[in-house]
Amino acid sequence: MALVLTEEQSMLRDSARGLISDKAPVSHLRHLRDSKDPTGFSKELWQSFAEMGFAGLLVPEEFGGSGLGCVEAGVVMEEIGRTLMPSPFLATSVVAASALTHGGNAAQKSEHLPKISNGSLLATLAVDEGAKHRPLQTNLQAVRAGNGFKLSGAKALVVDGHVADLFIVAARTAGAAGEREGLTLFLVNPAAKGVAVERTIMVDAHNAARIEFNNVEVNADSVLGEVDQGASLLDGMLDIGRGAVASEMVGLSEEVFGRTVEYLKQRKQFGKLIGEFQALQHRAAELYVDIEITRAAVMKAMQALDADVAKAASAVAVAKARAGTTATRAVQEGVQMHGGMGMTDQFDIGFFMKRARVCEELFGDANYHAEQLARARGY
Amino acid sequence: MTDSKAPDSESTELETFRNETRAWLEANCPPEMRKPAASDADVFWGGRNAKFSSEPQRVWFERMRDKGWTVPDWPKEFGGGGLSAAEHKVLRSEMAKIGARPPLSSFGIWMLGPALLKYGNEAQKKEHLPKIAAGLIRWCQGYSEPNAGSDLASLQTRAESDGDDFVITGQKIWTSYANYADWIFCLVRTDPAAKKHDGISFILFDMTSKGVSTKPILLISGYSPFCETFFDNVRVPKSHVVGTVNRGWDVAKYLLQHERAMISGMGERGVGRPLGQIAADSVGTDAQGKLDDAMLRGQIASFDVDEAALAACAERAVDLAKAGQAHPAFSSAMKYYGTELNKRRYEILMSAGGVDALEWESERSRQGARPRAWLRTKANSIEGGTTEVMLGIVAKRILDLPGA
Repeated sequence: MALVLTEEQSMLRDSARGLISDKAPVSHLRHLRDSKDPTGFSKELWQSFAEMGFAGLLVPEEFGGSGLGCVEAGVVMEEIGRTLMPSPFLATSVVAASALTHGGNAAQKSEHLPKISNGSLLATLAVDEGAKHRPLQTNLQAVRAGNGFKLSGAKALVVDGHVADLFIVAARTAGAAGEREGLTLFLVNPAAKGVAVERTIMVDAHNAARIEFNNVEVNADSVLGEVDQGASLLDGMLDIGRGAVASEMVGLSEEVFGRTVEYLKQRKQFGKLIGEFQALQHRAAELYVDIEITRAAVMKAMQALDADVAKAASAVAVAKARAGTTATRAVQEGVQMHGGMGMTDQFDIGFFMKRARVCEELFGDANYHAEQLARARGY
Repeated sequence: MTDSKAPDSESTELETFRNETRAWLEANCPPEMRKPAASDADVFWGGRNAKFSSEPQRVWFERMRDKGWTVPDWPKEFGGGGLSAAEHKVLRSEMAKIGARPPLSSFGIWMLGPALLKYGNEAQKKEHLPKIAAGLIRWCQGYSEPNAGSDLASLQTRAESDGDDFVITGQKIWTSYANYADWIFCLVRTDPAAKKHDGISFILFDMTSKGVSTKPILLISGYSPFCETFFDNVRVPKSHVVGTVNRGWDVAKYLLQHERAMISGMGERGVGRPLGQIAADSVGTDAQGKLDDAMLRGQIASFDVDEAALAACAERAVDLAKAGQAHPAFSSAMKYYGTELNKRRYEILMSAGGVDALEWESERSRQGARPRAWLRTKANSIEGGTTEVMLGIVAKRILDLPGA
């Protein structure tokens, strides 16, 4: 498949860009942050997303969705990255919708997917427990009790955790931390007894939460996929999430780079535009090349996910690692080249730096993914 | 999607082509030709004095030549395969899958051919292209001069008009394989009074012409792939000018884009063993099977990420060109990154090889193949436009940053 957008995908990009740049420029995020908005995103805008078919973008048409693929989800994520719009799209429409579509039984799909499509259900994955993303280290215990299980443990960096209507929780039903065998995914109602949610205000002013599970009872129907065999399903949903975050980072990088290049063409010092200085020209050129290469790697990964989720791991690792390194470089150069202005809160550049840092950590950083690639290649 | 029919039927045709190509390659590519060339002597460059280093090399070359697949995307009338861009991509990927090496390496294919297809007249195309495709004539490139390197347009080799001929006098340098080449494509100054870009012509002539001499330059690798080339009143018919007299810079720039694309391709290698496994051979592994040098392992992993990403970008560059969305200066971006990456690759290989990679002359080291190749890569970011020149082009032509 050609590594360029089709006409339909370009149209999707244009309509996403139209909506997002109009309704949610960076000032939208700034307003949510400064007003300490309890929801952390605009419900009205989320409803517009649903009406445009974005909320159910990955949901099959029979469940009210648009039945599109990861490439299309990446297109929307990239536009979200350009303005840093806080949105349930990543947690609900990409990660949770994929998990339910790929791993849900008939009852689970027909209960949840239509509500995701119409924007009435927010769902999220709870996987990380320690400071770093290590899904196989999952240690939240799920012990058999009667007809179901009891869950005990804690999760961190649960995106939209304080507003979600449904958690997908990675838990250990057998084996020890570090093992693939014995992982199980559960659908958990946040209102269940024993669930304690703490909204964590993060550096990027996007939603996240820490969640404690204290003997939370779930019945056997709450298992998503198969007991003890959840690792593959988890890998798949994480890889789709990683590709989506990488796409967001491409949009973020390109936007911060565009703003920086414009600044180089306006700011004068020593009687010259600073963009005339070769030291800055070469750094800008290197960054441009980095972004172009990363864009291609991310597109390649999204196509690989659409072709076969189970075979996309290496392409996704390359994409997420590259996107992390590139975005980190883009925001650092952005702040540095804007000089003192880049350090002010009044200027938007800092928002990009903060979001890039969270995206880098989300679902595994560049080191984590380079490590995965090394393992896959047998050295 | 409403118009899913068209791409589907196209992909069915492509699928057929892929299957036929795979079967043909399977039947026709000798096993010996399914691994990378061990040394430069193992690469077939064609030309009047060409010799095959082995029988499989001859067989492979002749079979590919007869199909027009030494130049798969050139028109059939000029000895090419007449493949579409999509078919060409399929052929390349099928060749890569079995590790098939190119049947013919040639500056005629990579550089002159594309320039002739765009700027040559009918007579020039008919005369030169089929001989390039068939490996009959080996070409070299007369661009750089002792005082015209990065600032190529300041070249001084002069061509003076004398009736139907130009008479050429001057010196070129870094002329790759000039001592083996049959013909040269050369930049000469035909109007010394004009501004530096406006007085240059692009001209072709036979290296056996009276007044041409070459002198190989010994490099840090111990090899002499480049020459100094001298012209002393070399008489060349004016009909050998490609494009318009004094407009040779247009041709030169177009050709440089192809040269840069070729050099950037050195950074991507789909075939062969992963770098990490090559390193494991000499460094060893720990109990978990991980490379027994954590820092080196990290460097290799980060290299692998960048290499895979560059390969995707190279693929995308082709697709963008096909879709008419490519920026003409993008080859400079690829050239910069590909060459820097290739240098990184060889730094890693040297580090991984340790003492073994330092031997220069033994049979065991294949006459120091690795250190010599390592040193050779240092030229990648100089030849065909330095990294600094490439970054300047990106800054000005793509980013539109101000300044000269």
